[in-house]
Amino acid sequence: MERNSQLHRQVALMRQSLFDQGYLDEQFVQLEELQDDANPNFVEEVVTLYYRDSARLIASIEQALDKSPLDFNKLDSYMHQFKGSSSSIGGRKVKAECAQFREYCRAGNGEGCIRTFQQVKREYATLRKKLETYFQLARQAGPRDSASRST
Amino acid sequence: MMESSKGFSSPRSNGFPAGLRVLVVDDDPTWLKILEKMLKKCSYEVTTCGLARDALKLLRERKGGYDIVISDVNMPDMDGFKLLELVGLEMDLPVIMMSVDGETSRVKKGVQHGACDYLLKPIRMKELRNIWQHVFRKRIHEIKDIESHDGLEDLQVTKSGYDWVDDGHFFSGEDMLTPGKKRKDLENKHDEKDLTDPSSSAKKARVVWSVDLHQKFVRAVNQIGYDKVGPKKILDLMNVPWLTRENVASHLQKYRLYLSRLQKENDMRSSYGGMKHSDLNPQDAARASSHQNSINFQQNDATNGNSKFAGNNLLIQNLNSKNNEIDTRGTIITEQSGPGISHSLPPLEQEMKFTAFDGITPRSYPWREVPEIQFHQENAGNQPEDCFGHVAGPVGGLQNHVQVDELLPITSISSRAQLPNPIETKPLNVDYAINSFTQASPVKTRIDSFPLPTKSHMGNQQAIQPPSINTPIMESQGFNPSCITDLESSRRNFSSTPTESPFTSPDEILQVGWLQDYSTCLGLQNIEFPDFGDPTIIPGVPVHLYTALKFDYDQPSDQSELPVINQGLFIA
Repeated sequence: MERNSQLHRQVALMRQSLFDQGYLDEQFVQLEELQDDANPNFVEEVVTLYYRDSARLIASIEQALDKSPLDFNKLDSYMHQFKGSSSSIGGRKVKAECAQFREYCRAGNGEGCIRTFQQVKREYATLRKKLETYFQLARQAGPRDSASRST
Repeated sequence: MMESSKGFSSPRSNGFPAGLRVLVVDDDPTWLKILEKMLKKCSYEVTTCGLARDALKLLRERKGGYDIVISDVNMPDMDGFKLLELVGLEMDLPVIMMSVDGETSRVKKGVQHGACDYLLKPIRMKELRNIWQHVFRKRIHEIKDIESHDGLEDLQVTKSGYDWVDDGHFFSGEDMLTPGKKRKDLENKHDEKDLTDPSSSAKKARVVWSVDLHQKFVRAVNQIGYDKVGPKKILDLMNVPWLTRENVASHLQKYRLYLSRLQKENDMRSSYGGMKHSDLNPQDAARASSHQNSINFQQNDATNGNSKFAGNNLLIQNLNSKNNEIDTRGTIITEQSGPGISHSLPPLEQEMKFTAFDGITPRSYPWREVPEIQFHQENAGNQPEDCFGHVAGPVGGLQNHVQVDELLPITSISSRAQLPNPIETKPLNVDYAINSFTQASPVKTRIDSFPLPTKSHMGNQQAIQPPSINTPIMESQGFNPSCITDLESSRRNFSSTPTESPFTSPDEILQVGWLQDYSTCLGLQNIEFPDFGDPTIIPGVPVHLYTALKFDYDQPSDQSELPVINQGLFIA
């Protein structure tokens, strides 16, 4: 059906732009490759899991940033974990901000940390929105097979 | 989270590497999910764990149930490197480390601790596809060693090894193993955990370093001289027919790492280093002397003792063989001839199992060599998990004074079984305890802290922190009443030389400390090895023992303070 193939095209375009704009990296492709009949929604599941699990890390960092004086080691450790987690879904921009944050930690720059953390959260939220939209669209389009089969 | 995949102990008979049994350990659930999927896509059998201790539990419960372990470096409950060490020592499985941090120093550390590979996150599937090579490599070497040891041409062996693999019989090639191997398996069987699957161990061609074996090893090392040691020399001295040079070489490597790690920790705890020998000595001396006669090695009813203290044996052995300073190890416990100390340890060995610290009565001191402290401790009763670690002994940290203290309790520990709360006590430094124990008779133990040559990665993951040695730990520890009494008495006996240098008291019972450590080990399931700062490291003491012995002072239990609890270790 034309509608269907249109949707699929849209999905493909959106996907491509996520890569082009640097929101996602190669790891996301890895996830897609893991998706199969046994786990048809694997990518979405992983992303959902990531957002759920990383929420507590975000909260921990937030809490730690409220303390005075700042415990840079702890902050760095949290961020290390968060970065590792973000790398699992290929969140490129998020990862970059994490790295920046860690730099500030190592330099003992509290202000830099606080500032960068805002960036981290921003990218984190942006990516989530984009991926949600993307998954929704993909679900709408349905499996590619049906698209090709429909006239 | 832990999910088991089917077929733990069934080896794959064909299609290798398909069906490779992988255990993945990572605290990040997202990564765990991804890795699991990736590994499944490689046709591997995957088991996931979110915690290191769960992983250890699984590994111990299912010895021979896994082929390879993949673990993240940063884990909340245990340092990934420690886990790595433990797995390597206890199970001798290839371990791959993962981390998002690719700093050279970290990677180096991984390699030093025995990782066969270090992967950087994000991990690609193709990197996982090839992990089977590590399993394969290990098998090939093991088989080759066994075969060559039997006199077969290496080439032939290798070839047949490859053939085996090609035919897919590799993993089920039990019949391929040489008779020696089978012999070894049988031999080691009794040393192994009850849970060990005999058939799987036979198949695996993996050397199980029982306490006895390790003891021989350490003895050989000490004989040769740690600095001059080499696998071939050790092998020759050990005189174990089925053992191969390769087995010894890899064990030596681990041992070195363990020692060096202890040494490092020892250095870090230099503050402890000043252990107050003086404090100890008088008491110890007094105790030691009086105790000597009363030391009778007892078979502890350590029922739970299945943990084998490999370390114990080693210590004991070392001590025996070295009447004098043990150069490399630092604490030299010289034995003083004492009237009643020569107890035969044999029964002790079995009892010494760490776990069997319950009800250790300080009756017998394993003065003599600690016969067979099983290297692998299975803690049936008391801290199964870390027994191994504990036993490994806090190699590094035996400090002189600590030893003294430690010794005392240990003697009481020999009755291991009686120790009510063995596990709790912190392993004082089982290491040295062991050493002292190896002395056949109460000897003058001179504990010199020696720098551990290499950090051994004794897997004492649980890092038992050795209680500060300086203090007569036993007394201050919240020790089980019965234990305490026993310990104290033994301690008293031990400290026969009040004014002499801490450890030179003739009847110093090093073992006491040693036992304590062990008992502590037993009791301390998750005891962190406090610090190997204790200078006294008994050379040749199985590193494992030492690490195991170290108990964390921070351990809540009262007992933990009492190293004595580890009576099991104490081999009079």
